[in-house]
Amino acid sequence: MDHKVNYLLRLGDNALVLSQRLSELCGKGPALEEDMALTNVSLDLLGQTRMWLSYAAELEGQGRNEDQIAFLRDAHDFKNLLLVEQPNGNYADVLMRQFYFDTWHYFQIGALCQSSDQRIAQIAEKSLKEVTYHLRRSGDLIVRLGDGTELSHGRTQTAANELWMYTGEAFNYDAVDDAMVAAGIAPAAAGLRSQWFDHVADIFGEATLTMPPVEAWMQQGGKQGRHSEHLGYLLAEMQFLQRAYPGAEW
Amino acid sequence: MSKEWPLWEVFIRSQHGLAHKHVGSLHAPDAEMAMNNARDVYTRRNEGVSIWVVRAADIVASSPGDKGALFEPANSKVYRHPTFFPMPEEVKNL
Repeated sequence: MDHKVNYLLRLGDNALVLSQRLSELCGKGPALEEDMALTNVSLDLLGQTRMWLSYAAELEGQGRNEDQIAFLRDAHDFKNLLLVEQPNGNYADVLMRQFYFDTWHYFQIGALCQSSDQRIAQIAEKSLKEVTYHLRRSGDLIVRLGDGTELSHGRTQTAANELWMYTGEAFNYDAVDDAMVAAGIAPAAAGLRSQWFDHVADIFGEATLTMPPVEAWMQQGGKQGRHSEHLGYLLAEMQFLQRAYPGAEW
Repeated sequence: MSKEWPLWEVFIRSQHGLAHKHVGSLHAPDAEMAMNNARDVYTRRNEGVSIWVVRAADIVASSPGDKGALFEPANSKVYRHPTFFPMPEEVKNL
């Protein structure tokens, strides 16, 4: 598979899988306002998914469209980071997953605005406004929960620790990433990683949370299609309609 | 919830609006989050360019019982209303 198509699928799959996870919370948020906010973020990410996957479909040139890519691939063809497929858990888990992702996403998309690929730069430009808001919101809530009650602090710290091993994968570049960097399409890992750490450290400081050890062992495999057990279930639900009624439209 | 999350009233000025209009209310622990929540709850369909959030407790409303004293004098003096005076011919198309 072409490196660029592969890279676009990674971008699209991240947004798609996280959007699907967030949509599971629709009507279950801890407050009406939060429920709306989560659903908004979910829809933002779904909009971004469509742009990435449409471009991937065009470049791939196999006559597939964004829907077929989203709904007719199995888990081993998905290239999202392991972080985004993690289950929702409690609200601290949801927000911590979001915060870890948003921080990476914000710097990633920001850098992609300067991509040598015109179309990627345009999609990034369009996404940046949304992503900026996502980051502001999740950082704000992490501070509130971390620096909140004893219970909220404890749960937020636990979430920070448990999801930590999924944060390294984004900066662990393989041949696909390296080819993108070489072509001036994507940002290098080192810069992204230090931006990510600085922002997470800032927010954790404000939230009175302890940063897990920087050199901790990191889980990986999602980008190459090796996923945790959670993704299969997520896809079974997400893809049910297209699998049961191929080509169904409304 | 009501103890930790007070009620806020939300006013939004629309794209071409001159004034902020009251659009509804929401709960939030403080002004910053009320602003975020207002954005998420009330501007999802491109409704506005500016948001005001005000703690509901800070709003003083007129009492329905005062209706007569407050508004009747204006109603009974028709010459105060712009429609009372005939328009001169020259400015008909204003």
